[in-house]
Amino acid sequence: MNVTQAASRSVGDRVIHKAFAPITRHTLALYCGASGDHNPIHVDLDFAKKAGFPDVFTHGMLVMAYLGQALTDAVRPKDIRAFSTRFAAITQLGARLTCEGHVTELIDHNGEPCMKIALVAKDGAGEAKLLGEAIVAR
Amino acid sequence: MVDRSAIGRSFTPVTAHVEPGRLRYFCETIGERNPIYRDAQAARAEGYSAIPMPPTYLFCLEMMDAENPFEFLTELDIDLARVLHGEQGFTYYVPAVVGDTLTFRSRVTDVTDKKGGAMTLIAVVTEVTRQDGIHLADMTRTIVVRNPKAA
Repeated sequence: MNVTQAASRSVGDRVIHKAFAPITRHTLALYCGASGDHNPIHVDLDFAKKAGFPDVFTHGMLVMAYLGQALTDAVRPKDIRAFSTRFAAITQLGARLTCEGHVTELIDHNGEPCMKIALVAKDGAGEAKLLGEAIVAR
Repeated sequence: MVDRSAIGRSFTPVTAHVEPGRLRYFCETIGERNPIYRDAQAARAEGYSAIPMPPTYLFCLEMMDAENPFEFLTELDIDLARVLHGEQGFTYYVPAVVGDTLTFRSRVTDVTDKKGGAMTLIAVVTEVTRQDGIHLADMTRTIVVRNPKAA
């Protein structure tokens, strides 16, 4: 998919679709350092268990980073006016995430023609982990 | 437990320099192969003055360069182990690029109890400005605190 195609899509079209490798403990350790989010709940099993979780779990912001990557594969980064997500469910280790997006509306955003894209990150079982939205200039 | 008296509280501003090496490490970690995030020439061809950053990286910069990245939690007496990220939003005005120095100013904008006090939602807005005073972006986040059960 290229930028020109994405920009010319109309309401209902799926413009974003990207699959990611399964999330490993190593991914979480790297993301801990790379993101500055050193919350031990994502990398230290002892800490996670003490906090009442069966295991460490994925940083919500790592999943949002994947969603952002899927988004900027399809649209020009400089065209993104807003990008938001709700963290609907915890993403477990081993999750194979797929990020998808489709155009829901063509809108006028602060006087600029834009499109609204509904975004979702799902695991292999189809459970929605992140539900989001982007406003992108067209 | 955090209550609505926290609304309006602001925290120590964080200043972060957008460094190419750390950005590269972030891109490696998330498997980001888009050349505009890795190659200055590709970035310039897209009209940037230098390499821009992926859409969520602003959030990381604030945490990386904060003296105490969890100040907001300690200040409000919240246990890190009880916190989940509920929502996150970015509004972009001007792209940030490698070489920029950014300042992050955060404040609490809302506090709401959910599920009969079992959870508290805290909304924080962060204004991001560049070294020349340009307001680049805003970040909004909602933190979910799982409150201990009342005795």
